[in-house]
Amino acid sequence: MSVPANHEFFIDPGRCIGCQACVHACSECDTHRGHSMIHLEYIDRGLTTQTTPVVCMHCDSPTCAEVCPADAIKRTADGVVQTARKPRCIACNNCVLACPFGVPKMMSQFELMMKCDMCYDRTSTGKKPMCATVCPSGALYFGTREEIEALRTSAVPTNRFRFGGQVIHTKVNMMVPANRSVEYVDVASALNEAPTGQDIELNILTDRRPAATTT
Amino acid sequence: MNERICATIWGGAATAALALLIVLGSRRLDHFDAALIGYTFATLFATFGIAYRYAMWLQRPPTWRYWVRGWQLFLQPRLLGRNLIQLARRLGVMFALNAFIWRRGTLRGAAHWCLMWGCVVAAAITFPLVFGWVHFETVPGDLNAYRAYLFGFPTMAFPIRSWIGFAVFHGLVWASLLVIIGVMLAMKRRMTDHGAAALQQFGEDYLPLIALFAISATGLMLTASYTWMRGYAYDFLAILHAITVILTLLWLPFGKFFHIFQRPAQLGVSFYKDIGARSEQVACRRCGEAFASRMHVEDLIEVERALGYAYELANQPAEHYQWICPRCRRSLLAIAQANLWTGLRGGEPLLLDAALTDAPPATAP
Repeated sequence: MSVPANHEFFIDPGRCIGCQACVHACSECDTHRGHSMIHLEYIDRGLTTQTTPVVCMHCDSPTCAEVCPADAIKRTADGVVQTARKPRCIACNNCVLACPFGVPKMMSQFELMMKCDMCYDRTSTGKKPMCATVCPSGALYFGTREEIEALRTSAVPTNRFRFGGQVIHTKVNMMVPANRSVEYVDVASALNEAPTGQDIELNILTDRRPAATTT
Repeated sequence: MNERICATIWGGAATAALALLIVLGSRRLDHFDAALIGYTFATLFATFGIAYRYAMWLQRPPTWRYWVRGWQLFLQPRLLGRNLIQLARRLGVMFALNAFIWRRGTLRGAAHWCLMWGCVVAAAITFPLVFGWVHFETVPGDLNAYRAYLFGFPTMAFPIRSWIGFAVFHGLVWASLLVIIGVMLAMKRRMTDHGAAALQQFGEDYLPLIALFAISATGLMLTASYTWMRGYAYDFLAILHAITVILTLLWLPFGKFFHIFQRPAQLGVSFYKDIGARSEQVACRRCGEAFASRMHVEDLIEVERALGYAYELANQPAEHYQWICPRCRRSLLAIAQANLWTGLRGGEPLLLDAALTDAPPATAP
């Protein structure tokens, strides 16, 4: 069993509404039952309410697997980077610290790294991952390229990400503007940039209500 | 030196060392049982394969880094006493009890514990007997007693028809029963667990169980043959048992069983983590939160460079992406994507100063 080649994962953090549905659905997957592998982050709680779901990007050359001293992380022929093999993982935490997307989770009680495996029990039989099944806003979408192109006319998928001198190719795609030729998503450049959104007046809770009108 | 040549030398050295120990331990083959020669050669081959693969594995940059670091930290004179106590505790909790595997799942824990102890007991009995390191002789003047000899030196004697004699001579039976229970539990899990079904492979997950079951079942058939069936088909069963054992030994370096030899690395890593937790922690160069030990981050940077990764951040104060904590990495991915959409989806880069100033609200038009 393997994930069909024409089924792809498309993520669009800008559409995330922080509903947590993906977090709860994730733990229903049989390959990591009871443990949610998706991250739902507030990107900067001091500035914005924006949230972002982070799934494993399933890199072509996974840094997590390369830095694993136990050779426990394997990428299957369909390009899915699997959770660490249980007999081999020695819980060293290298993968957790090395992943440029910050994906793997260390389950210390099990002496085991676990991570998003694209709900392999589902996707390898033609179903969608749990998170993409329940996402109400389309931040997580799983389907064919034709479907996403028809749904999102202003966006195109890219699977190239840059971190300093390193460009990483992934199996999972991120939606970027169609009318801007984006060679790659320069993640490290965001180190010097602020989040995007609408300025929030932080003093909205202070007593600045208009004076009550008396009739 | 080419890594394959290096591994071949280690494989050859380990095989030669075992061959020498067999000759010495069996007193120049005096106590070596020639009927077991097939087992001996299969073991020597397995030794070469295991040492070769171990040496290849050890030469990977991350493995070598943590192998050396693990020993350096473990052998530090001022920590050696504490480390030895921890080692004894961890050998008991992690290895003898398999505590972490039980936490992964009761069925998984029970299956692994039975399989592991069955194999440990069987190996502890079989290999010394095959190598001629242990043999039994009748006590002179007492035909009802046996004496065990270890490396040719006499040890304890015991009556043949006693509980201790029964327990010793049926050691492999007890081991087989443990292994069969373990195989059944593991098979049940593999046949009923949807998660396991999605990931398991025949060669990696079923074949080891089948091999262990074949060894145990044919071994028990031998006992049944000579105990209750007056040796019926004993020669055939002996050959069948030898084939199952020898094939498994030959396969030992290649398949899932290799984790037996990799797994002790967990102990080295546990000392690495202990000392890392007590040493200087580094703060993320974006959010300022401590997230790992400096030793670990610096080691990873070196490992990544050795592997050919270039996560260096030229002209940025952070210097290397490894100095950014995993949580910030997740946020940065979203910020980078949002910035690509600036001017198209609405919103503008939020300015920290503007957002935090206590400016009066804009007047509604």
